Amino acid sequence: MKKLLVSLGLFVGLVSSAAMAAGGGALPFKADIDQTDKASLQRGAKLFMNYCLGCHQMQFQRYERTFNDLGIPVELGLENLVFTKDTKVGEHIKNAMPSEDGAKWFGAAPPDLTLEARLRGPDWIYSYLKSFYVDPSRPFGVNNTVFKDVGMPHVLQELQGVPTKQEVFEERLIDGEMKTISLGEKFVVDGSGELSEDEYDRAVLDITNFMVYVGEPMILERESMGWKALLYCLIFFVLAVLLKKEYWKDIKK
Amino acid sequence: MFKNLIDWIDARIPMTRVYEMHMSKYPAPKNMNFWYVFGFLATIVLVNQIVTGIWLTMSYEPSAAGAFASVEYIMRDVEYGWVIRYMHSTGASAFFVVVYLHMFRGMMYGSYQKPRELLWLFGMFIYLALMAEAFMGYLLPWGQMSYWGAQVIIGLFGTIPVIGEDLALWIRGDYVVSGATLNRFFALHVIALPLVIVILVFLHIVALHEVGSNNPDGVDVKRPKGTVAEEDKTKFEFHEYYTSKKDILDDVVPFFPHMVLKDLMAFGVFIFLFCYVMFFNPDMYGKFIEHPNFEMANNLKTPEHVFPVWYFTPFYAILKAVPDPFLGVVAMFGSIILLALLPWIDRGTVRSWRYRCGMHKWNLIIFAIVFIILGYLGGTPGTPFKEMLARVLTVAYFGFFVALYLYSKNEKTKPLPERITK
Repeated sequence: MKKLLVSLGLFVGLVSSAAMAAGGGALPFKADIDQTDKASLQRGAKLFMNYCLGCHQMQFQRYERTFNDLGIPVELGLENLVFTKDTKVGEHIKNAMPSEDGAKWFGAAPPDLTLEARLRGPDWIYSYLKSFYVDPSRPFGVNNTVFKDVGMPHVLQELQGVPTKQEVFEERLIDGEMKTISLGEKFVVDGSGELSEDEYDRAVLDITNFMVYVGEPMILERESMGWKALLYCLIFFVLAVLLKKEYWKDIKK
Repeated sequence: MFKNLIDWIDARIPMTRVYEMHMSKYPAPKNMNFWYVFGFLATIVLVNQIVTGIWLTMSYEPSAAGAFASVEYIMRDVEYGWVIRYMHSTGASAFFVVVYLHMFRGMMYGSYQKPRELLWLFGMFIYLALMAEAFMGYLLPWGQMSYWGAQVIIGLFGTIPVIGEDLALWIRGDYVVSGATLNRFFALHVIALPLVIVILVFLHIVALHEVGSNNPDGVDVKRPKGTVAEEDKTKFEFHEYYTSKKDILDDVVPFFPHMVLKDLMAFGVFIFLFCYVMFFNPDMYGKFIEHPNFEMANNLKTPEHVFPVWYFTPFYAILKAVPDPFLGVVAMFGSIILLALLPWIDRGTVRSWRYRCGMHKWNLIIFAIVFIILGYLGGTPGTPFKEMLARVLTVAYFGFFVALYLYSKNEKTKPLPERITK
């Protein structure tokens, strides 16, 4: 038994030493997403189709699959979430923008976003969408702290308002005296957006959630099948142990 | 009826004879511990890779334009295509996990020593073919890491003096990794190398059964004819092929069912871990499927860091540790060739580390630790400290073989038991 643990340890060591390599730079925000939250996914889909799809395709994912998985009636989805002409519900989620034009307009063609959540992770997407700020030196007047000098405009500005990066101060009572201390640079929104700060966070989280879903649309099925598979493995193991014991009981050690 | 059928077949091919010789009447030492299950598990993974590979091939499109999309097609549109693909991608890493443990078992118990040198060599050839197989398979999804990993590894051949550039060109079939490379790698990955591996596995098993299985004590369970008293002989009936040559001690069990049942128990544990990865963590924190591989290959955009998959990283670290590129390649291949030469580097006569000198035990343990740390270093971005550490550990890696060669000549070993212990 002790040896079994040692070898398991060796296996875990092999894998986890490799896993340590996976980390990257720290991201400012953590995306607390929930793939079972259909309402969130539906809101995310709506936001994506309205704000992102104009430039970013999801060319490996189909509308129909998306509507079915998210519990959106196909008719309703076709009417409200498909904006390209003559598109059938079984088609992939594409836009009408030629990628050469995209490269001309933005410096680089807007990437396909089907697998963006698997490429960069949900925290990255969530942080990225929350990290635009005004920077007059950039072509579209905005920059991003997560993706420096990104070629993309802040398309969600009408929802968030105009975000600026400012040094924030706070009055605090220190040693019986009121003092002004700096809290460092933070994003400050001017309040011109349609959504409050909390509502914007929610909206961005919904988009992230939706993109995680599209990255791996079978994610829920995968995990539910996984529990069954693990249970089966356990039963198999118990049966194998019993059978082995039966055959080995007469063998002298 | 059934008996008649078997007799009919046996009159035409030696079905029952082969089954008895290699399964039900093959003697396996009964003290084989859990370290002995990894060969069985490797066979299972091989079957898994072949079967899932066949199904993947049905929907995969080997072209630069269509490969990436066809993988996503398998993941999304093919019924349970994602199960097949995750079985295959998890299986690739699992293969190396079990093979590395299998090889380390051989080193601990001296399974490469006389008379098992050829068995060990076949194993090393399997390992080489497996590395080629995995490397070529990794290009097929045509993601960024597929592409740039292949670019880097094929580039290694370019460092060979005089013929290098032409050789790299010949391998790629183009001046850069391209659709031509993808197509030939596909052919090699699905036909040529699996065939080579299956044949080598067959030879590996033939060689094993000819000389018989080693065991954790490294003490022979088969003795010269006439040296074993009747009451010490095994009570099981083994194939005449084995009993006619040697006397078999009462230290063995038939491979089937006894040893197979032990293997099945291990299989239960293995498949549990396998299913955990496959269903809950298929990319294993970006190590079994590297995250940049979710972006389609782009020959104009080099990823920030290019790392091979985890099972190559120890050798990649050795390659990078040597300042001269060509000497780096020599060191990398040398590190594998030295492993293959173990039967001749180790001049000892006692097999198992249980009865060898304390130095040997430590040498092996340190070697394993060095290998794992090199793997970590080869898969992470370098810093000056890490580069220095990689150099020290590269020396340590080769030091293992030098030390083994030196102390094994006149080694002070412990007395061997007359028979196997528990």
